[in-house]
Amino acid sequence: MPRSTFVYVSYIRTSPERLWSALTDAEFMKQYWFGVHGESQWTAGASWKNVSPQGQILDAGEILEADPPRRLVIRWQNQFKPELKAEGASVCTLEIEQSGAAVKLSITHTIERDSSKFIEAVSGGWPKVISNLKSLLETGSAVMQDPYPA
Amino acid sequence: MPERHDADVLFKALADPSRRKLLDLLYTHDGRNLNELCEHLDMTRQGVTQHLSVLEAANLVVTLWRGREKLHFLNPVPLQEIYERWIAKFEKPRLKALSELKRRLEKTNA
Repeated sequence: MPRSTFVYVSYIRTSPERLWSALTDAEFMKQYWFGVHGESQWTAGASWKNVSPQGQILDAGEILEADPPRRLVIRWQNQFKPELKAEGASVCTLEIEQSGAAVKLSITHTIERDSSKFIEAVSGGWPKVISNLKSLLETGSAVMQDPYPA
Repeated sequence: MPERHDADVLFKALADPSRRKLLDLLYTHDGRNLNELCEHLDMTRQGVTQHLSVLEAANLVVTLWRGREKLHFLNPVPLQEIYERWIAKFEKPRLKALSELKRRLEKTNA
């Protein structure tokens, strides 16, 4: 079956529990996700959405699996760009595992189609978000405040 | 395992044309197996495997198993970290100065 997958891995000096809360706590998320935050009960079957600082729903879907602090799987569909929404739902898997003194965060984002515009769009965003998250957890401050430096 | 010496491992991994070519190949088409990558490089299979393991140690390449097939993916996160640490920091004051100049010149014209 044709599919587009992107994989992101980062080693973060923190604990799995702290990383899990960074990925699921709305106020924490806003600090590294350029004001965006997720809203969900973070349990399997719960609805999920990503909300912009202006309150617009950017992405929506459902939690497919939740095993804190190890594994979170989200059915993820873009909501604000018609051409991306038309591609249907993607699956985003976040895995957390201890790796020496650090914690390995792996994010796999997959959609069941070739040359996906949606995956292309998220691929520009994830590295910045992850790098900011790492910096925030390790040093207490996010490196980039603005995702698109002028 | 990427740890404190991340930067050294990362820059060493990037300091080789074949390894940079492998990153370019994965950029254009991610999730390739070893055979597909070997087709594009004029070297032994063993050589390609070695380069891939250096890239993996630097966390620039991540592998996933799909059935019995080992697929290689480009992991852009360390490149983003290089950008923030070694590029954005140095270009920011200059970009600021440039946009300030533009603003002032346009003001004068008005």
